Amino acid sequence: MEFFERFAIPHPSPMIYASMVAIALVSIGILVGITYFKKWGYLWHEWFTSVDHKKIGIMYLISALIMLFRGGADAILMRAQLSSPEMKLLDAQHYNEIFTTHGVVMIFFVVMPFIFAFMNLIVPLQIGGRDVAFPRLNALSFWLFFAGAMLFNISFVIGGSPDAGWTSYFPLAGNDFSTSVGTNYYMLALQISGIGSLMTGINMITTILKMRAPGMTLMKLPMFTWSALITNVIIVFAFPVLTIALLMGTTDRLFGTNFFTTGNGGMDMLWANFFWVWGHPEVYILILPAFGLYSEIISTFSGRNLYGYKSMVGSMVLISLLSFLVWTHHFFTMGQGAFTNSIFSITTMAIAVPTGVKIFNWLFTMWKGKIRFTVPMLYSVGFIPLFTIGGVTGVMLAMSAADYQYHNTMFLVAHFHNTIIPGVLFALLAGLTYYWPKFFGFMLNEKIGKSTFWLVAVGFVLTFFPMYITGLDGQARRMYTYSEETGFGPLNMLSFVGSALFAIGFVTLVYNLYYSFKNSPRNIGSDPWDARSVEWATHTPIPEYNFARLPQVASSEAFWDMKKKGHKLFTGELKEIHMPNNSGVPFVLGIIFFIAGFSFVFALWVPAVVAVIGIFVCMALRSFEQDHGRHINVKEIKEIEAQYEEVPGNEDRSHTTTRV
Amino acid sequence: MKIDHTQPLEYSTDQNQLNILGFWIFLGAEIMLFATLFTAYFTLEGRTGSGPTPADIFEITPVLIETFVLLTSSFTIGLGVHAMRLGRKNAMLTFFGITLLLGLGFLGVEIYEFTHYYHVGATYQTSAFTAALLTTLGTHGAHVTLGLFWGLFIILQVKKRGLTPENANKSFIFSLYWHFLDVVWIFIFSFIYLKGMMM
Repeated sequence: MEFFERFAIPHPSPMIYASMVAIALVSIGILVGITYFKKWGYLWHEWFTSVDHKKIGIMYLISALIMLFRGGADAILMRAQLSSPEMKLLDAQHYNEIFTTHGVVMIFFVVMPFIFAFMNLIVPLQIGGRDVAFPRLNALSFWLFFAGAMLFNISFVIGGSPDAGWTSYFPLAGNDFSTSVGTNYYMLALQISGIGSLMTGINMITTILKMRAPGMTLMKLPMFTWSALITNVIIVFAFPVLTIALLMGTTDRLFGTNFFTTGNGGMDMLWANFFWVWGHPEVYILILPAFGLYSEIISTFSGRNLYGYKSMVGSMVLISLLSFLVWTHHFFTMGQGAFTNSIFSITTMAIAVPTGVKIFNWLFTMWKGKIRFTVPMLYSVGFIPLFTIGGVTGVMLAMSAADYQYHNTMFLVAHFHNTIIPGVLFALLAGLTYYWPKFFGFMLNEKIGKSTFWLVAVGFVLTFFPMYITGLDGQARRMYTYSEETGFGPLNMLSFVGSALFAIGFVTLVYNLYYSFKNSPRNIGSDPWDARSVEWATHTPIPEYNFARLPQVASSEAFWDMKKKGHKLFTGELKEIHMPNNSGVPFVLGIIFFIAGFSFVFALWVPAVVAVIGIFVCMALRSFEQDHGRHINVKEIKEIEAQYEEVPGNEDRSHTTTRV
Repeated sequence: MKIDHTQPLEYSTDQNQLNILGFWIFLGAEIMLFATLFTAYFTLEGRTGSGPTPADIFEITPVLIETFVLLTSSFTIGLGVHAMRLGRKNAMLTFFGITLLLGLGFLGVEIYEFTHYYHVGATYQTSAFTAALLTTLGTHGAHVTLGLFWGLFIILQVKKRGLTPENANKSFIFSLYWHFLDVVWIFIFSFIYLKGMMM
């Protein structure tokens, strides 16, 4: 019995037991369902072992959407707990766990997989390639992310969730103050998914630098691919810092070292510095691909090429450099002195300059354009003013002297949600709507999509703008309740109402997926939005090899040139196509990493050692394996191509464009 | 598989070129990894708590042996890659074998060094300084250990399958890795040991 006690939840409540039952029932339901419909073989051959960038992208997308609801449930609970003074819905411990998991889930297991989904889906198509540079590594990245996400999520029902905030500052996150295994989960789950992110970074940079279509020089890359390239450079340089910080945090907790402790020379501020040396670039890892998506969408729906291409690229490069020079602004109040604070104030404010350049470029792209207010465009147009407000409050926070008033208040919470939600979340929803037809063969319903947009946008404003006021009035973040006399009650109730609208917005999104799957026409062709770059120049559904002939590119909008200026995109004879083989090893490695992570969380050394040996055995087997892929010959390509009726770029578009 | 004979064997196919570029990017990430470890070490080296200081525990003899052995191994793997480019399989295998033996010797001395630290009371838990020292050295040592297995597998593959473009590519990438570990060691030698012994 003693052995099993460690797996118990330290602070049980009826809500947790109810979720335990729900998780068990849903898991059993899924397993029974797959078995009943005999889908195991299909899942294994078509998905679990797939190295196809499109399928991996879709798996990232599905995981991100599921995790979005997990993180959203946390958010609703927080808003409900704070909706009126002295609320008894959650106790302090439970509230701590929920704001911690909300942050971690949203950053690591929603937005990261969402941007990886788009990179996987779009980058190889935009550069006119057939897959990424290392397809099997790509599958491994996904399964490591997935293992990390699952490991983090079971903390809720086995052993207890982390409760030291998503920043997990020491000494709070040390053994003295965080006695449950929750923070172990944090350290190990992020380590595992972080390794996956780093490998995606290496993979994508190599892909973009080496596998571009003929004629596509770097300055002819579509803007999303540029943003992906810069983002992945940031990933490669930022994630190793997190790797080491998490390693040290893990040894502090499991082996009693003294990196971040308060005795024997340990230095808790070292964690804060390492965390934010990774954490601030991470902010730009999230936002730059979003900027890339907005660039694609705004240019398509304004019917104009992107204004200021070179300055768009230049500003992203500048943002990526500055992103490594601002980390101290996360703890202005923690005693580095006026001189250091002043320097970091200035570097922080400097980031507003290249970001402002981008905002003006989008505005000038729309200027005199024939704007079509489709759902993706609505998100993009909503993004510009809302994000600018978030940017301006960011400059307020950047003033280190004034920050002593804002630090750790709801003002800060309002600020970063004001940048992340219109900046990143809107872009992801816009991108989802925009690219959905390319990958699933039908459009999402515009009417329902528009109501989703308005619910999410109004819900966002009502939820977060009141926090600016309560924050300036002194409401601290991460406090599980407040007294009547503070007067924070009404505005917090308003926030709660806003978050309910937000939640209804997501319900309409799910309904839209269902409704459109049932009702949307399937004869939409391959270019339903009248788009501009090469990813739209292939058939829908996309053949396994993407392009039968590699495109010949002469500008960043080669597809538009083909449609309007007679550019010859596809010339030459068909040739045999080389494709990688599927492999089950990445999936198996994901499981082994999960077991290793779980064993380390509970300090179960025997399974931990066995699992680590298993990882090295997989690596050794890979070293000896000979896998040269397979070839699709010209006859097969012709057969596949003959199944498509239309030729991209020439089809009748009346059924889709008239609706908007 | 198209083989471009104007290029050295390790660069001769598209996938080979991708692998080499990808590995260089990986080494970029490794530089950040060790840079973070060095940052932690420099921050914590004076924070010895009630434990020993660097000057108390560092010994010059094993460190010098480790340095000479590892630097020599970097030279021999260079000779190995040179032999590979000349197509001399046996010479290449010999030099790769010597490299791995030297790596094994390095590892042996490092294990002796770690037991020495344990005996003089500088354990993993003693202080922030010892934790940072042993983590930095240990990460480097773990890389060398992994390299020993990796190199062994490559020797076996070259022996069995010959100098194919694929094997040449693997051998070349392994040599990049090995040189990188040497570069890291030069920093460890200069800025951890020499600096520590002068303090």
